[in-house]
Amino acid sequence: MISGTLVFGTSIAYIILLFFLAYISDRNARLGKGKLLRSPLVFTLALSVYCTSWTFYGAVGSAARNGLEFFAIYLGPTLVFVGWWFGLRKLIRIGHKQRITSIADFVSSRFGKSERLAILITIMAVVGITPYIALQLKAISTSLRVILTESPNAALPQSGDEVGLAFGVAAAMALFSVMFGTRNINANEQHHGVVAAIAFEAIIKFIALIAVGLFVVFGLGGGFEATYARAQGVGVSLDASSNFGPRWITITILSAAAIICLPRQFQITVVENANENHLRTASWAFPLYLFGISIFTMPIAIMGLSLLPEGADPDMFVLTLPLAYDQQGLALFAFIGGFSSATSMIIIASIALSIMISNHIVVPLALRSPKVFGLEHGQGMTRLLLTSRRVSIGAILFLGFLYFWLTSGSGALAPIGLISFAGVAQFLPAILAALYWRDATVNGALAGLLVGFAFWAYTSFLPSFGTASPVITNLLLYGPWQLEFLRPQALFGLEQLDPLVHSVFWSLLANSMALIFVSFVTRNNAVGQLQAAQFVDVFKQTENSQYSFTRSSAPLNDLLVMTQRVLGTDHANRIFETYSNSDRIKQNKDASPHFIASLEKELAGSIGAASAHVLLGQVVSGDTVTLEEVMQMADETQQILEYSQRLEQTAEELQSTTRQLQTANNQLRQLDQQKDEFLSQVSHEVRTPMTAIRSFSEILLTNQELNGTQKETFINTIHEESMRLTSLLDEILDLNALERNEQLWTNEPINPNLAIARSIQVCTPITEQHQMDVRLGEHIRHVKVEANFDRICQVFINLISNAAKYNDADQPFLEITSEITKAPGKPDQLLIRFTDNGPGISSIHSSIIFDKFWRGARNPDTAQSGSGLGLAISKEILNQMNGSLELELPRIGNTKAGACFAVRLPLHM
Amino acid sequence: MRAIGSPDILIVEDEPAILTSLEFILQHAGWKTQTVTDGEAAIRAVQVLLPKIMVLDLMLPKKNGFEVLKIIRGQSATKNLPVLILTAKGQQQDKQTAKELGASGFVTKPYANTDVIDAVADLIGTVSKADLSL
Repeated sequence: MISGTLVFGTSIAYIILLFFLAYISDRNARLGKGKLLRSPLVFTLALSVYCTSWTFYGAVGSAARNGLEFFAIYLGPTLVFVGWWFGLRKLIRIGHKQRITSIADFVSSRFGKSERLAILITIMAVVGITPYIALQLKAISTSLRVILTESPNAALPQSGDEVGLAFGVAAAMALFSVMFGTRNINANEQHHGVVAAIAFEAIIKFIALIAVGLFVVFGLGGGFEATYARAQGVGVSLDASSNFGPRWITITILSAAAIICLPRQFQITVVENANENHLRTASWAFPLYLFGISIFTMPIAIMGLSLLPEGADPDMFVLTLPLAYDQQGLALFAFIGGFSSATSMIIIASIALSIMISNHIVVPLALRSPKVFGLEHGQGMTRLLLTSRRVSIGAILFLGFLYFWLTSGSGALAPIGLISFAGVAQFLPAILAALYWRDATVNGALAGLLVGFAFWAYTSFLPSFGTASPVITNLLLYGPWQLEFLRPQALFGLEQLDPLVHSVFWSLLANSMALIFVSFVTRNNAVGQLQAAQFVDVFKQTENSQYSFTRSSAPLNDLLVMTQRVLGTDHANRIFETYSNSDRIKQNKDASPHFIASLEKELAGSIGAASAHVLLGQVVSGDTVTLEEVMQMADETQQILEYSQRLEQTAEELQSTTRQLQTANNQLRQLDQQKDEFLSQVSHEVRTPMTAIRSFSEILLTNQELNGTQKETFINTIHEESMRLTSLLDEILDLNALERNEQLWTNEPINPNLAIARSIQVCTPITEQHQMDVRLGEHIRHVKVEANFDRICQVFINLISNAAKYNDADQPFLEITSEITKAPGKPDQLLIRFTDNGPGISSIHSSIIFDKFWRGARNPDTAQSGSGLGLAISKEILNQMNGSLELELPRIGNTKAGACFAVRLPLHM
Repeated sequence: MRAIGSPDILIVEDEPAILTSLEFILQHAGWKTQTVTDGEAAIRAVQVLLPKIMVLDLMLPKKNGFEVLKIIRGQSATKNLPVLILTAKGQQQDKQTAKELGASGFVTKPYANTDVIDAVADLIGTVSKADLSL
């Protein structure tokens, strides 16, 4: 037995310790110190507010009654943190960006800052959480009674003065929560102190449960194996398959939804979160915590069933086992652990709910009738917020007590918790739609929540009062107006299901259907549209992207007065000083829409999005933007964007066209210049023979006395010059055709040696005239090249006659050789060299010898010179045979440096 | 002072056919002629032969007509030698350049024989008058 003094003393000392911790943490946070406070570890520990006295005491009871079912309660959150951390990250990101204060604020903010939605969710949350708070009260009062009772039959439930005890506990908890949660004057800031205290409590309850577990397993059971061996004897099924079923799945889903939707979880995960990255640690550490805290659940249940007398309350095994074996210290520690679990839940839940009530119910009412709420002067709003939160906490705990009182005797802890879980799970469709479905509308969310809530209330909440009133009992048995298909636990003929599965199935199904259907047939208003984008695309937005909802402005003074009312004078002055210092607006008495938008977020952080929106609407003179206008604005912006993109594109196109034109122009100019030069050269080439022809014909015409020989010579000259003129014109046309890449012939396999022989033969007159010896040197005998016989002869003849015309050596010769060349990546070629012992071509000229109309210094004896087009034509011909014509340095060993022309032709394979 | 037996006209032309015809018509008109076929030979010959006038083609091997003109105008003996330019290019630009370099006359190919004879006669006449004035 433990004395009451000791129990109460320890409890009070523990609470004082918590206060001290909270106080220190708050002070450190204000001074910017408490690094630990903002660590992922504290965040993770605070998350374990999920583990309430239901976990601490009730899980063992659940294990004793339903075997492994309790495990599903931990599986859901684990799945969410491990498998859906990105979704949680999105929640947190939005929460930070939009200064979200609660889950009601979140949903309402997403759906156009709807007040109605915020109020609905607040009411649902309060109703949904009431059983849960009752559960904590029940746990604390029962555990108190157990630990204080001297009777050896302590484990037996006695409901005598339990109600009174529970009321006392509720009152103490209300006081406790008020002191904790509403100490801060600045109601909008995060509760560092509370979070620190919760994290501390998480450690206490964990160690306490582990301590009891270790004692039970190793002190009483003789190890895990021996403990589990007793399972069969006490009727606990450890077979997973017998536990696995619709109910198990339902509980997993419910607990997964609860870790997101429970107001207190949302408070810790989103509102109190200091850094999005803490989620990284939490995503593995929190599941680990859950695993640790659940590891002894089953052994304690087994040992309790096997060692304690028949009929002992399994929900209290954690306490009664140490007590039964006279481990009073351990029992006290376990009690403090359970106390921790309950208080942490009550504190956070009541804070979260009170924020919702004050922001979404009290403030909107106060804004409508400021006189009643004393909002007309100065600091009213801050005081109102704190007062309403304190009153709310009291009311919430009183509701919890009321529920406990009405349902007293309905037994176990776990089912009560599950009713709450099913209640808050109704938020899930709306939250998922808020995160991922842009077209979900406010009416859709309202409809879904209302329908889901109604189904839950009818199928889950109402039946839990079954023992309180015969009316409800009748309803459960026969349905309203004797309509059996409307029985709360067998709706529409769905008879065989477990009540929980039945309730969750109908409520979530109806909820989702209503949300989807109504969203399809309704539209969001302007703000809704914009908020939808802010939520769904939160990761696509830059840090600064912010919508200005008002296109109008407001006098700075009015805004300042209003902000002072909500945030307090100091805070408000700070904001406005930063603003007026920041930019050029100094002289301007009106605030910019941008500032109004950021101010709205600041206010939303204190009183919620919907209230902040309404509040600003009173001061901001302009009207709210309609959906059409927003769409029009968006359209215009889009059009302007597209237009400027088109302009940019056009400008670029223009630039590139200009560049192309310039290039083309330069090319044309170059070509024009080349054409001029060519024409001038052609003109010169034509005028020269023409001069001779004209001159000689005039001589012949005017000088009748010329003798026959003279006449003949002159006429011959005229004839030759005419021929020269003709061949010049032919060559010009030929070159023109070659340069235009006209297909003048087809290449075919020919014998190059035959072409060389023919060319030498054709050139005999001119080579003999210049007494030049043409030698055939080393050459490939049996070979074929891809070429045209006549055309290649034209090239060879040109080269041979050039050599003859320009070779002034005493014993002029020309040597023709051939060999096969192999180049990597290229087809094999036949290389034919024409090497002479003439004057050679100076390096100055080597680059221009292939130019049109270039001629070397002629041998004076040459009667007739060429057109100057021969090499240009030859080069073009070889190009079109995929060969080449190049000037080479004469090979070493030649007695005299002459010229060497290299002809390359592709081999016929 | 011109040497006895100096030609009246030094013809500088590289096209054999044109050279032959020029020789024929100018001799036929009664002048003594001497011919060279490139620019460098022309510069040497003009110093030695000191002809009355020079008939100069522009497109020449070794040194072109403009270069020849420039050089002989820079030498005292040939500073005032009348030079008749023959050109097949016939462009205004060439005419201008020739004038600036001190050409005395300009005939475009193909020409009428009489154009050349008249032009030569004109230039030789001025020389004769200058001679008379001595």
